[in-house]
Amino acid sequence: MEEDALNQSTAAEADISLHMLSESPSGSVVIYVVPESSTVLPEGVSVYVGQRRTALLRAGGQMRVAVALKEVLASLETWIKQVLQVMSFSHGDITAALSDRVRPGDRSREGLADSMRAFKSSPGYEITFSLLNPDPTSHLLHWDVEAAISSYIQPLLSKMAPVANFSIDSQILYYAVLGVNPRYDPTLNAYTLNADSLSHVINPVEARLGSSAASSNPVLNFLLYVPDSRHSPLHITDHRRHTVPSNAFSSPRWGGIMVYNVNASGTELPVDVHIDMRRVMGVFLPQLRLMLGVQSAAPPPGFLIGPCGNAGLADWELDRLMWTRSVENVATATTTITSLAQLLDQIGNIVINDNIAEQVSSAVASLQLAVGQLEVGNLGLAMQYSKEAILQSERAFFDPSLLHLLYFPDDQKFAIYIPLFLPMCVPILLSLLKMASEVRQRPGQGQAKKD
Amino acid sequence: MGAEQKFLVCWCACVCVCAQKRLWEGTEVGTNLADGASDNKVDHVHDTMQATDAPPSPPAKDQTQRFAFDERIWEATNVEINLVEDAPPIRDKEADEADHVLDTMQTQDFPPPSTAKDQFQEELVIKPLHSGDIYASFQFRTQWDTDFLEKHKFSHYRLFPKSLGQVISKFSVRELHISFTQGYWRTMQWGQPFLPSPPGAELWVWFQDTVTDVDLAWKELTNVLSGIFCASLNFIDSTNTVQPSASFKPLGVGNVTDQRFLRYAVLPREIVCTENLTPWKKLLPCGSKAGLAVLMKSEKLFHSSFHSQALHIRPVCKDWQCKSTSWELRQTLNVVFDLHTSGQGKREWSLFKMFSRTLTEACPLASSSKVYVDITDNPQGELFELSPATPLVSQAVVLGDGRTYSVYDLTDHATFGQTHSLNVLLRWRAAESGEMLRPLLHGERYVAGYGLQTGEIHTLVYNNHPYRAFPVLLLDTVPWYLRLYIHTLTVTSKGRDNKPSYIHYQPSKDRLQPHLLEMLIQLPPNSVTEVTVQFERALLKWTEYTPDPNHGFYVGSSVISALVPSVVAMDTNNTQERPLFSSFFPCKEESTYFMRIYTEPLLVNLPTPDFSMPYNVICLTCTVVAVGYGSLYNLLTRTFQVEEPSQGLAKRLANIIRRLRGVPLLT
Repeated sequence: MEEDALNQSTAAEADISLHMLSESPSGSVVIYVVPESSTVLPEGVSVYVGQRRTALLRAGGQMRVAVALKEVLASLETWIKQVLQVMSFSHGDITAALSDRVRPGDRSREGLADSMRAFKSSPGYEITFSLLNPDPTSHLLHWDVEAAISSYIQPLLSKMAPVANFSIDSQILYYAVLGVNPRYDPTLNAYTLNADSLSHVINPVEARLGSSAASSNPVLNFLLYVPDSRHSPLHITDHRRHTVPSNAFSSPRWGGIMVYNVNASGTELPVDVHIDMRRVMGVFLPQLRLMLGVQSAAPPPGFLIGPCGNAGLADWELDRLMWTRSVENVATATTTITSLAQLLDQIGNIVINDNIAEQVSSAVASLQLAVGQLEVGNLGLAMQYSKEAILQSERAFFDPSLLHLLYFPDDQKFAIYIPLFLPMCVPILLSLLKMASEVRQRPGQGQAKKD
Repeated sequence: MGAEQKFLVCWCACVCVCAQKRLWEGTEVGTNLADGASDNKVDHVHDTMQATDAPPSPPAKDQTQRFAFDERIWEATNVEINLVEDAPPIRDKEADEADHVLDTMQTQDFPPPSTAKDQFQEELVIKPLHSGDIYASFQFRTQWDTDFLEKHKFSHYRLFPKSLGQVISKFSVRELHISFTQGYWRTMQWGQPFLPSPPGAELWVWFQDTVTDVDLAWKELTNVLSGIFCASLNFIDSTNTVQPSASFKPLGVGNVTDQRFLRYAVLPREIVCTENLTPWKKLLPCGSKAGLAVLMKSEKLFHSSFHSQALHIRPVCKDWQCKSTSWELRQTLNVVFDLHTSGQGKREWSLFKMFSRTLTEACPLASSSKVYVDITDNPQGELFELSPATPLVSQAVVLGDGRTYSVYDLTDHATFGQTHSLNVLLRWRAAESGEMLRPLLHGERYVAGYGLQTGEIHTLVYNNHPYRAFPVLLLDTVPWYLRLYIHTLTVTSKGRDNKPSYIHYQPSKDRLQPHLLEMLIQLPPNSVTEVTVQFERALLKWTEYTPDPNHGFYVGSSVISALVPSVVAMDTNNTQERPLFSSFFPCKEESTYFMRIYTEPLLVNLPTPDFSMPYNVICLTCTVVAVGYGSLYNLLTRTFQVEEPSQGLAKRLANIIRRLRGVPLLT
């Protein structure tokens, strides 16, 4: 039956039919070795990574010569290692997940940038799409953001539902301007924003965005900026002064901004503008993937990554994400509990309520469960337990009764008793001085006695 | 001691009354009348409680109030009269009305709901006050056509601010009213404000009936609002939150009037300043970049005698049939500029003088943007001169009084004229403005008594109507540290005992809940009704005092809500402008109107200990101990030895003299 599946004409079809045959558990990777003569893989491609948890691997030239299974495996080993590097959880992922806690020594710059771009693991995220209209007198913007979200963003988020809870909202902000004045470039006949100045763009806008009032989860902002007619068209240029084709940029752990140029050639103001949401979401979706920590490292030569389907996320990518997130959660919860313990050590007379003790112990229990499930390779449960551990440990840590300031610091008690200590010190000090002077005088006295 | 026991008895009795309220409803009135003669105030409370079955009519009031609101809007838009150039300034209104009803129907402020989902309107009313001060009232209204019961639609915002939408959906808020006020509205000098508010911060919220734990939602809501408005609303807790039974009814659609879902709190101490104005302005769709909001320059707004900013969210009907609802957000800002500090004593006001800005454009998102100037007292221009002149005049019934307004429509480019800016200027011709009609309802409050043990709260409610009596609802919230002796509650008007027909009293619990006293009192015509109640000042724990305890402790304003008979019926001049057939019977919405006024907040001194005393005691005892310790230490450590007394100076001098004389030396 698997042979039938592998006899399909293209790799993508083979991948789907293989998935129909057997559902592989999360966290696992199945590699099918196809003979070199197989037509499933296109010419020049030796590995095809599917959108589920399967990979097709073309047997090398030496396969025909080798007879024993061991030799076959040995000859495939390098390829399999590479496949696992791409599809599964590796040492690099652990260091990336723990990058905040591990000193970045031998890590590549690229990996560091990747890990810094993604949001830290959190039980939930708020995603806000904002349309910035700096000049409502000339542009009347319409965007069908509800439909766009449900068709582009929602599939990805529902696939990522085991990782975190997501809530989406959108808003339109009027008279919101960027913090930088774009410069006119006569060669392009357009206004440009250089990559160097992009860091100043966000601040004035951010004051208008409004933080999420309803929850304390981190907010991912995606801004669609439609420049006003005086600064239009507006292009973002990179360091080499080439225009960026997507006309968008992202700010690590904050969100993304896209500039959407409108050629408003209407005679009557304001001009009605309907925004092409397909183009917009085509930019925001990859940015969202990056922010949420879905790594997309460049595949090694000879690899072909299959299209990730309408969800925008392959199963093996989700597995990897769940691995890293679980590890990160476990690390975060452990740090929280450790620092709570340190705090309690510092303040001797702190009162620990029963509910806090309960939360700490259940957090520790969930942590142990999460680690156990991770060892078994049960990703879904590990993720869930690690989330619980984070929630409980944070609830215990941020309990108002554990506020450091509620407890009277010991050093200030000395200040209160200074009226007692100070006069009491005076005779002691005086007698000490006297003793010292006596000791100094004593040799002289001894001489005098000798005489 | 005796007083305290009495208080306790009274407390128990009240609790019993509350518990047995339903049972008592059936008993006959006769027995109570017999009891009424006795001096016992507990009995007095009994029969007033029992009289609850006489309907206190809050639902009716609620409806009227809402009706009046709608009516006002309609009035404002309905009667726009385009004056022809050669016509006299005031023409026969009736003739014009017929001509222009068609026009106004087409140009009414509300476009049909099918075209726009959200709407935004802005307006500014400028009213010269009789004291020479000027009152400017901004109103911004954002209407969001989304059904408040459907939760999933709560995520895409256009004109409605996202932060407030999230608050509404997260805490299942049905109605939210919040106001920040600096200064006290002087009713006797200024008349009635459009939207009254007490000094400090006031917050009242109706939750939806799906909320299970209202107290928790209220606590979280106050904390979130405190973050949104940069205010200390997080100091609202159970010790200053009450659930009024009758005074605060929902203003929006819906008929849930179960007070379990209502929370009301006032922070009279809250100081309002720029940091509260900035987040408030940020909620406007145009921010302070365009439209009327450009006038809001904080250095001018806070250089005034009275400043009040408020925000009201409620569900309203989307159309006349009221088949679906939409959310309404009203942001209001009221300022009174003082004649002497802001106007340098000159009776000449302009937008530039008030706000140091002029208007150049309407907010492009607003479906209507208007400036109204009250010219009721100035029909012929004899009192003040208004420039630039405007052809638009609007009439509205505001607080039971027919008013005439000059209207500047900012959406019309002709309003701005050649200079592309609008600077409305009012220049007085006469030094004095005319007599002000005395406000029909007015309240005052003060603390009487001496010493730091007991005191007495006096609340005076004035009914200035010459011949009509009307009932008012008085709501008093008193913190627990003023322990009210409810048996000393007296209500007198014109020297006679005035028995409230409804009393809702909720005794306080120390450190948990405040006193709540609600009464329905009938005010006789042309009278002063005095409500007095004695209290004892509690001694607080030392951590419960504020950082400046000798400043005193604030007690929030009393709230007086009333259906006041309109002055339109009183006004005989009014018949001149109206056809005779329309003015015989006062029509319903004009005969009474809803009004809410706030009295002054109280500042009460509590017995304050000397906070430095413990430290003084520590210092003193420590010094004594240290002195004792020092002498004991000296006694123990000092070695005593006999020392040869050295020769004194006198002796040495004597010996020198003796040596010179050759006499034997002294030893």
